[in-house]
Amino acid sequence: MREITYQEAVREAMSQVMREDDRVFILGEDIGVYGGAFGVTRGMIEEFGPERVRNTPIAEAGIAGAAIGAALTGMRPIMELQFSDFVTIAMDQLVNQAAKICYMYGGKAAVPLVVRAPAGSGTGAAAQHSQSLEAWLAHVPGLKVVQPSNAYDAKGLLKSAIDDNNPVIFYEHKLLYSTKADVPEELYSIPLGKADIKRSGTDVTLVATSIMVQKSLAAAEILAKDGISVEVIDPRTLVPLDIKTIVDSVKRTGRFAVVYEAVKRGGYGAEIASLVAESEAFDFLDAPIVRLGGKEVPIPQNPELERNAVPQVEDIVEAIRNIMRKA
Amino acid sequence: MWLIRYFDEKVDEMFAKGLIHGTTHLCVGQEATPVAACTALMKQDKITSTHRGHGHCIAKGADVAKMMAELMGRTTGYCKGKGGSMHIADLEGGNLGANGIVGGGLPIAVGAALTSKMLKENYVVLCFFGDGASNEGSFHEALNMAAIWDLPVVFFCENNQYGMSGSVKDMFRIENIADRSQAYGMPGHVVDGNDLQEVYDVVQAAVERARRGEGPSLIEAKTYRWKGHSKSDGRKYRTREEEAEWKAKDPIARFGQRLIDEGLATQHRLDELRKKALEEVEQAVVFAEKSPFPTIEMLEEDVYAL
Ligand SMILES: Cc1ncc(C[n+]2csc(CCOP(=O)(O)OP(=O)(O)O)c2C)c(N)n1
Repeated sequence: MREITYQEAVREAMSQVMREDDRVFILGEDIGVYGGAFGVTRGMIEEFGPERVRNTPIAEAGIAGAAIGAALTGMRPIMELQFSDFVTIAMDQLVNQAAKICYMYGGKAAVPLVVRAPAGSGTGAAAQHSQSLEAWLAHVPGLKVVQPSNAYDAKGLLKSAIDDNNPVIFYEHKLLYSTKADVPEELYSIPLGKADIKRSGTDVTLVATSIMVQKSLAAAEILAKDGISVEVIDPRTLVPLDIKTIVDSVKRTGRFAVVYEAVKRGGYGAEIASLVAESEAFDFLDAPIVRLGGKEVPIPQNPELERNAVPQVEDIVEAIRNIMRKA
Repeated sequence: MWLIRYFDEKVDEMFAKGLIHGTTHLCVGQEATPVAACTALMKQDKITSTHRGHGHCIAKGADVAKMMAELMGRTTGYCKGKGGSMHIADLEGGNLGANGIVGGGLPIAVGAALTSKMLKENYVVLCFFGDGASNEGSFHEALNMAAIWDLPVVFFCENNQYGMSGSVKDMFRIENIADRSQAYGMPGHVVDGNDLQEVYDVVQAAVERARRGEGPSLIEAKTYRWKGHSKSDGRKYRTREEEAEWKAKDPIARFGQRLIDEGLATQHRLDELRKKALEEVEQAVVFAEKSPFPTIEMLEEDVYAL
């Protein structure tokens, strides 16, 4: 196998699907010759032309609505939001239209749409270009929410997202774009709703999403030196959520923590924590459940403040050590 | 037009009696716009509709029995009773759906037109919306996008003079909403929305232009809704004199008179058609009343498409 970056994996998945299926096309701001704000669509317009790699005006609600209308009438659009933060501007179309069309019309219509959204902090772009708003969308029945944490998952999950007959919000963490993994050349799918155990362990179950998976694996490495064995689970998709894999793990380890970059308050980690607390794993818990999330602040520009706004490897290490002490 | 009028009057009556749940927005008085606009379309053409969508739906060929069943929350309704008045869709008939969000349908119409162009399906999308909707951002985003991509859309504004209680006199500094077409580089037309023939002619030309690949148009039809915005509207924001003035311009009576004057129909024939429409509505109620309500198991179905 060869190593490619997360960014290349996303591009490769789109290109391979577009070669197979004429109904798939991309639309978004500056995705043509410019290649998108993060270069993800670079080179695609040369192969597929401006019809299928369609530059749009700067009009997020309009783009989302157009993508929905195209999806409703037989296309399979992939919409690129330049930054995931701008989902707020497209929110009406995504929440009030895309998410509800199937239900409102009694199951007689489908919106096979993928919204690709570069998310997360760490680039110094500050409060309006660094958010992790996945919990907002995961809250809405009718939407699916995906957060790939590495290049391999990104390719397989994107293929499934495009094949899905529902609107799927596909979060790409900006700091992951340049990370590499072994990725098969051929197209493959990773089913939505299937968690992945990224590292097996026996002392504590740590659920992590998006870039926190990488940080959790680094933390687990450090903790292993102290003899603490951490199981790291990446749900990969928040909706649908594979709670069973998580619950089974907690029953084995007896301890549970969840870490996510989004603001801790009202974040999706709280949902996962509640599901674990409500499950049969509750009786197996030897320590209180721990949630680690971003601080309750907008993301600041200053790099030191920015770093401190979201969980880092050392925060995860400390949290896990605390859990082990309480047991 | 009679079918639309009787349908909505029946809905009004049933609503008052508590036989229909939720809310409804009636289009009594503005029947010429949907009928004329949809007559200019072919079967394969599509429409997007609004919260005030019964007329659009009927004019695009929907079955009033299924519509009534939907309003009464029955499984035989267009959306199995899950959508109600504001969400009737008839995809097979080319109706991409009514919409509870003012202005929500405009970009969706643009996307449907994009499909037509990309798959070379050669259908045109007629996008209905109100005067109020044309002050939403989605209106501007949609018109611009349709224009730059030369999409086969006809933006059709039913200017019934009010967005809820907001009069166009207070909400616009321009005389004609159609003038906004200039800002996006597409033709704009103002028509008398209570004159069926005039609306038809203008829509027909815009549809043909769109079908030839020459891009979108904006049409504004001046009309009036006789009833309140929705239920429990005391209509305090307008005078009874104004209402009477518009009622004198009843589009149905006007078109009927014209047919008689031109020797195209007799009063007898028009009465027959009127009676037929009334019967169809009565039968729709019977059908709906006999239809089952959804089961609780159906509550959690259809959230996601398979
Ligand atoms: C985005 C949004 N804002 C407000 C409303 C509440 N509302 C429903 S209909 C309506 C008036 C719309 O006026 P217009 O577009 O002129 O259509 P008309 O009712 O006259 O047919 C309003 C304010 C809504 N449904 N959606």
